[in-house]
Amino acid sequence: MAESSAPRKFISDLPKIYGMYTGGFVVFILIMAVLERAGVSAANIGIMFVAFTVVIYAVIGWLSRTMQVDAYYLAGREVPPVFNGMATAADWMSGASFVALAGGIYFGGHGYLAFVVGWTGGYVLVNSLMAPYLRKFGCYTVPDFIGNRYGGNMPRFVATVILFVASFTYVTAQINATGTIASRALLIPFEVGVWFGLLGILLCSMLGGMRAVTWTQVAQYIVLIIAYLIPVIWMSNVQGFGIIPHFGYGDAVSRIAELEQQYNVGLAAAGDPGVRGVRVLTTLHNDPGTGMASWKFMTLAFCMMTGTASLPHILMRYFTTPSVRAARKSVSWSLLFIFLLYFTAPALATLTKLQVLDPNLATGIIGKQIDVISQLAWIQNWQSVGFLAIVDGNGDGLLQINEFFMRPDIVVLATPEIAGLPYVISGLVAAGGMAAAMSTADGLLLAIANALSHDLYYKIIDPNADTRTRLIVARVLLIGIGILAALVASLRLTGILGAVAWAFDFAASGLFFPLVLGVWWKRANRQGALAGMILGFLSGTAYLYYVYTGGAPWLGIDHLRFAIIGMPVSLVAMVVVSLATEAPSAEIQQMVDDIRDPSGRTILDRE
Amino acid sequence: MADGNSSVGRDEHWRKTRNLTVWVLILWVIFSFVVHAFAKGLNGTSFIGFPLGYYFAVQGSLAIFVLLIFGQNYLQDRIDEEAGLND
Repeated sequence: MAESSAPRKFISDLPKIYGMYTGGFVVFILIMAVLERAGVSAANIGIMFVAFTVVIYAVIGWLSRTMQVDAYYLAGREVPPVFNGMATAADWMSGASFVALAGGIYFGGHGYLAFVVGWTGGYVLVNSLMAPYLRKFGCYTVPDFIGNRYGGNMPRFVATVILFVASFTYVTAQINATGTIASRALLIPFEVGVWFGLLGILLCSMLGGMRAVTWTQVAQYIVLIIAYLIPVIWMSNVQGFGIIPHFGYGDAVSRIAELEQQYNVGLAAAGDPGVRGVRVLTTLHNDPGTGMASWKFMTLAFCMMTGTASLPHILMRYFTTPSVRAARKSVSWSLLFIFLLYFTAPALATLTKLQVLDPNLATGIIGKQIDVISQLAWIQNWQSVGFLAIVDGNGDGLLQINEFFMRPDIVVLATPEIAGLPYVISGLVAAGGMAAAMSTADGLLLAIANALSHDLYYKIIDPNADTRTRLIVARVLLIGIGILAALVASLRLTGILGAVAWAFDFAASGLFFPLVLGVWWKRANRQGALAGMILGFLSGTAYLYYVYTGGAPWLGIDHLRFAIIGMPVSLVAMVVVSLATEAPSAEIQQMVDDIRDPSGRTILDRE
Repeated sequence: MADGNSSVGRDEHWRKTRNLTVWVLILWVIFSFVVHAFAKGLNGTSFIGFPLGYYFAVQGSLAIFVLLIFGQNYLQDRIDEEAGLND
């Protein structure tokens, strides 16, 4: 225990350390603003923003290096709730949340808001059903819980496979996002950007494992939330939408509805812009619909929520707190910090749409002369990189709603330019997007590598491995998985969001019920858990394959919601097989009682 | 902590925990699914300038989730303390 006083001083100093860090970041932004005034080019400011923040994360990663198992896997179980909340929020909010969410709302209307509700409401399930109990259990990884609760190597192995599929789907999308952002900010090719992103991610996680990832994620949260809120609030003030835009954009929603009617949104066919990935606005901003539309909203929200509560890279964050109570507390802080971004995204989407659509605003472009609009700086900038296209379909020289094409990502990336803010804000947004994508990729890579090193290597292959070997294996796997993910990402197989939603469906189909029932149903046994994991995961995956290869979706259950098929199969299989086979031993049932008791030492530490 | 670990105290603690969880999940169902299923109807009502159904999807449900978790944890802490099972 010779070391114990040093870490404790570190913990009590945390508010001071991150306070200084935040102040330092604000000073950095101001210096960049001064440099912009002094004539430094926009490109160089972008490079400095991304390079400076990534170097800071790497330094934190290096300072957090460790050769202790508890520190590597559990950050020494000393992370205070507020900081764990920030780390979880960064872990959670991916490149997709940061860059694509507002654009998704812009194009997807009410139906897309199911993501917003789903990705926040899932934390109610995390808090009620999972986090405190898994913390009490004291596991190192999610398959570690499955393996100990149900006994034997088989459940542990199956859980590891499902974790791998779900998290790997997700991590390729994140590395793809780091590559996109790095390539644009640093002016390098996408394929090089992917490897630069991976290098940054590995520097944050390799030397210190969970401890390093925790303290870099806190730093990344601070950058990403500042980078998301400042442009929106500034834009709102410049454009006269109020000091804090969040509470006053109700009028904008009604004004957009009027304009949509006037412009015949979704009624006129769009031409072919000849540019990949750009879209024309066809969905009404606020048209919830009934029947099938309601069903689609509810099923998507449900899949995202149960997926949230089953994704290992989120659950493992709650293994790092000092106590069960602290684990619960950190769930509440996590959601509060996530809420800050998620309730800003719809405001941003709405106000950006109003700025583009409303002819009474200086920024409005719809209905104006195409010759004039093509001279605007932001139109030219984004047109030149293929993010935006204008096609005068009817040849009248005016811009109609079905003649304006853009990529959803523009809503976040171009906000500063549309509203006429200085370039320093665009640099800040790039740094924020990079922080969001890197922090999620870090958490996911670590979740995969830890499960493979702890559950597959240490628990199944070589239980006698010494600490040194275990930690070296963990690091080799981390690098290996990272390289594999970067290779897949550089092939650009899927768009950012398709793959992200799949990760939630995979996790919910295979892991949700085995985790929940492991705590909430004593009678759940090994055979049942195996049936639930295998059949749930396979049926969901088979259905995904069916719809993705062109099969007609049943009841509107498309590839984003395939957990609606996998989960019921998992539940029924688990209950039926558990009841048809022997009840778990008295020892296991006692263990379940102990999990439910928040006091005392963890289950695994007692053994 | 000796009496806290007795099975009677534990059973009572778990019963209360379970009830609290059930109430939280009922509220979760209402604000995750029910209000959004009726969004079109709720949009006829205005709330601080927003159509109500829309408001729930962009802010209302989200804010309620945050409050729900803070509230649940406050009550759960009290349940744990009453049973002497706080750590």
